[in-house]
Amino acid sequence: MKCRKCSAKAVINMRQHKLALCKSHYLDWIPEQTQRFIDKYKMFTHDDNILVAVSGGKDSLALWDILVRLGYRTAGLYIGLGIDGGISYSDESQRLAKKFAQSCNLHLISVGFPEEYGSTIPEIAKLTMRGRGKPCSVCGMSRRHIMNRVAREEEFDVLVTGHNLDDEAAVLFGNTINWQGGYLLRQQPVLEANHPGLVKKAKPLCRFYEREMAAYTILRDIEYVYDECPYSVGAKSIYYKELLNKLETDRPGAKLNFYLSFLRAKKEGLFSSSTDQKPMELNTCNNCGQPTSVPGECAFCRMLVSIAD
Amino acid sequence: MAVRLILRRNEYEIKAGMTLRDALQKIDVQPEAVLATRAGEMITDDEILRDGETIKLIEVISGG
Repeated sequence: MKCRKCSAKAVINMRQHKLALCKSHYLDWIPEQTQRFIDKYKMFTHDDNILVAVSGGKDSLALWDILVRLGYRTAGLYIGLGIDGGISYSDESQRLAKKFAQSCNLHLISVGFPEEYGSTIPEIAKLTMRGRGKPCSVCGMSRRHIMNRVAREEEFDVLVTGHNLDDEAAVLFGNTINWQGGYLLRQQPVLEANHPGLVKKAKPLCRFYEREMAAYTILRDIEYVYDECPYSVGAKSIYYKELLNKLETDRPGAKLNFYLSFLRAKKEGLFSSSTDQKPMELNTCNNCGQPTSVPGECAFCRMLVSIAD
Repeated sequence: MAVRLILRRNEYEIKAGMTLRDALQKIDVQPEAVLATRAGEMITDDEILRDGETIKLIEVISGG
């Protein structure tokens, strides 16, 4: 197969776009498209200070690399979760996040959960009822809390995450089969800072397939954590991704169409406030000042109190 | 001789002469879920697999 632009040997074929590209044109195409999405969804501008949530995985490192190539002012945020799982998962993730930052001379902010809160995420999960023994729920909530906190404290204009289209489509699929109206209303490429204490969030990779991000990191020679989080075995999100990939194999473009037609339908009012599913009302946490869905203290602060008892 | 496909700790032997896409189908791996490299270079799934070569498959799905 040949590159559409230069007839050199293609390294990737994106069937949903009917587009095959060589290494050189692919590595140009990804930042060009990212810039298009940043502009289209009004994510941020070159005047903004951007905090990139970096896990050491392919998506977040690719995102940071792309934003740097596009000339944005960025810093990275790594959150150490203290997950070992027999493969030193968190240590390896941190090593690779640091390695990337150092090789590009970029500023990486590191927050260690065990150092800051006295316990690892799996240890905390064992002490709480949240997640029924699996740490994923505690982990997700804690990471969201810390990302927002650091972005506020360090006065970043926007927090960006490496969610790709497969991530978004899997979440959309899960929320659709359960008719989670509130979550469907909130799922979008940009979440505005529409409450005191909340930082604007954006997902610049939300229209790229996961396979394209893996290809980008490999072709850019960026070393990333290949091993999965030990706790992700059997995760629903992975199951949904497999189902969607089966559909994609038979019908190229199905995933992209699922996500884009959802965004279009929402824009056209399918999920308008006239339906009975209204956006979640937000309150301010009495303790940390971050937004919370319930009055009083936020779930994160309540969790810290409960494990201290 | 055959073609060796390696996916994490799993190894598969496939007859040479078929496309990568057909080979993936044969070993029940979704083409959307992997990238393939030959001698370190990424290849597209229309490539014909050659006798004696080793193709490394890289899983691209993550989550949790």
